[in-house]
Amino acid sequence: MGLLARAPAKALDEVWTAFGEEPAFTWLRPPETGGVMVRGRMGGTGAAFNLGEMTVTRCALRLADGGAVGHAYVQGRDKAKARQAALVDAVMQTERAEDCRERVLTPLAAQMEAARRARAARAAATRVEFFTMVRGED
Amino acid sequence: MYVAVKGGERAIDNAHAWLAEERRGDPSVAELSVAQIREQLALAVNRVMAEGSLYDPDLAALAIKQARGDLIEAIFLIRAYRTTLPRLGASEPVDTGAMACDRRISATFKDAPGGQVLGPTFDYTHRLLDFMLAAGAEIAEAPQAEPRTAPMPRITDFLDRDGLIQPEAPSDEVPPDLTRAPLDFPANRALRLQSLARGDEGFVLGMAYSTQRGYGRNHPFVGELRVGCVAVEMEIPELGFAVEIGEVVLTECETVNQFAGSKTEPPQFTRGYGLAFGHSERKAISMALVDRALRWEELGEDDMGAPAQDAEFVLSHADNIQASGFLEHIKLPHYVDFQSELELVRRIRAEAAEAGTREAAE
Repeated sequence: MGLLARAPAKALDEVWTAFGEEPAFTWLRPPETGGVMVRGRMGGTGAAFNLGEMTVTRCALRLADGGAVGHAYVQGRDKAKARQAALVDAVMQTERAEDCRERVLTPLAAQMEAARRARAARAAATRVEFFTMVRGED
Repeated sequence: MYVAVKGGERAIDNAHAWLAEERRGDPSVAELSVAQIREQLALAVNRVMAEGSLYDPDLAALAIKQARGDLIEAIFLIRAYRTTLPRLGASEPVDTGAMACDRRISATFKDAPGGQVLGPTFDYTHRLLDFMLAAGAEIAEAPQAEPRTAPMPRITDFLDRDGLIQPEAPSDEVPPDLTRAPLDFPANRALRLQSLARGDEGFVLGMAYSTQRGYGRNHPFVGELRVGCVAVEMEIPELGFAVEIGEVVLTECETVNQFAGSKTEPPQFTRGYGLAFGHSERKAISMALVDRALRWEELGEDDMGAPAQDAEFVLSHADNIQASGFLEHIKLPHYVDFQSELELVRRIRAEAAEAGTREAAE
């Protein structure tokens, strides 16, 4: 669910569309956009405080075939993305799970890992060592 | 006394139509897209998210476009929008120690474990206008190096381990939320941090600067400044466990400040803390300095009467939407109010003049 929550809508749409025709389903909770209060900790490790909200879209559905229930909580306001994420969650509980993992989740994870590495590689190139040249003690 | 006025609908509609035209500017110049603002004016987007108190880069970019680049107006639009959102819950406190850092520097430890990572910074630029940007020059790809996967240890942890810095006691107490209950004084540290996190960058910067200049001086060093992506997790009631619901870019600043100590406790460094949505360094550092200044009482310091030590003063004036709302409302029609004042002034003057003539006659 974390992967689907973070995935860019376009990337999820591409792999999900390529996975085949969308299975029939009924809504248990149609997509709804709301705010989640993001909390931080004082000093990074201390007591919690409220930092600010983020937009989140959630939904729940049941597959017509087999009745598997899928939930989604995805970042942002994209209702189509929430629907697709919930469908993936539901399909992952059916016999198509392995296929879905291979063709939807794994490529998504790879794409996001590549994006993360690209940033980390740029950050690594900006690592510095400061040398103390002269101490002003005179 | 407030008196309603009516009329002016046509003039108002026409003014708004002209506003839309002015917003667009010269139609022979290509129109800005929301995606262009999100990608290319990212620091403006970050400020609108931080002070609008809503993390959604697309919405912040739209608000900037709609507000013609007036960031406080854009923040107003975001604040108005966020009041329409149902609250789905509150996240687990984010773990900034596990941040995927784009940038991480320490001004106190040269050989910080994990290294000093400059990231995409304005620091060390010469602040000379780059006319190549105006000419639309191609940008060379940034160099890359082998990424580090190990988490970056927190600088203050080293001091903490040796007992040299005041510890931060973890607690899972539900913090107060000023979007749900009006700000009340005395405000605890959680409430102060929330208020500062959404406070006006310029105001918080000014307050922080005042402490550096001597009004409530607290000798800060930037122990650590980090910028990067952190996962946001929330417990989902229907599932009964916490899942990741997204990720946010945050800027975190920890300051190491001058000691406190007493007869029973050895001297220790103290801390200030700043955390803001997006890459917002000036804001995070300012917030940490003001947070530290506001902690004078719990750290047993003297009230020096400095503005930055006065929680009621700082927190009541930090919010630019409250401030501009009250400030700007005085430009809206106050004709009836003013007429009554005018009437009063005329009467006082007439009475004074009459008294003057009477005295002269006597």
